[in-house]
Amino acid sequence: MNEANEMTLTFSARSENEAFARIAVAAFVSQLDPTMEELNDLKTVISEAVTNAIIHGYDNDPDGKVTIEASIKGDVVKLLIKDNGNGIEDLDLARQPLYTSKPELERSGMGFTIMENFMDGFEVSSEPGTGTSIAMTKRIESKKALFN
Amino acid sequence: MSLQVELEHYRNVLIVRLHGELDHHTADIVRFKMEDAILHGSSDHVILSLKQLQFMDSSGLGVILGRYKQLKAKGGQMVVCDVNQGVYRLFELSGLFKILPIHENERLALTSLEVVS
Repeated sequence: MNEANEMTLTFSARSENEAFARIAVAAFVSQLDPTMEELNDLKTVISEAVTNAIIHGYDNDPDGKVTIEASIKGDVVKLLIKDNGNGIEDLDLARQPLYTSKPELERSGMGFTIMENFMDGFEVSSEPGTGTSIAMTKRIESKKALFN
Repeated sequence: MSLQVELEHYRNVLIVRLHGELDHHTADIVRFKMEDAILHGSSDHVILSLKQLQFMDSSGLGVILGRYKQLKAKGGQMVVCDVNQGVYRLFELSGLFKILPIHENERLALTSLEVVS
């Protein structure tokens, strides 16, 4: 049980893949028997990170590729969402709640705040012109634990 | 995954029922349908009914906030009802529930608006 179980997914930066990405990750994590709330948290943060990659990383260019690496070790889920897009100039500013670089698109500016709040660990690294990667972890309090 | 938008006019209130998943991909459908109904319909107020909404992320917050501003500029009120736990947490985190009254169901939401108008 100490060897990590890994999964990698690469797909085009198209908005119709946002639902695919969060459902695929939810299906992978379901082997830990998460609660509905934990599953919803994971689906939401995947949706936020993938949407950011598509809108901000690639400016909606479908030729861009988004990669998700997910791993399970023990009861901890690790997620890495990467793009090779524009990158983020000012990370501190981007992480401010309600800040958005694209207010004309009705973005709420809540993406990073949601990721930080819904997960146990959250780290973002970005290089302008090279891309962005977001690493997140969450411990799943398996429902099975209640009965053991 | 997709999203359906059901619109119903009741007196001077537009009831908007969302079915499915609201994300960046489906946010435009909500935006255009509601924008059109708010601008060209005869309703003063809007009830956003979320009982059948299975998923929402921050793109949903953006589109809801956009319609709230649009309606407010026209002097109308927007209220939300049947909010599930996941959506409630997003409303809480973003502070949206401070400007959008939340009601248990459509009937109570309608009652609250009839007091307003």
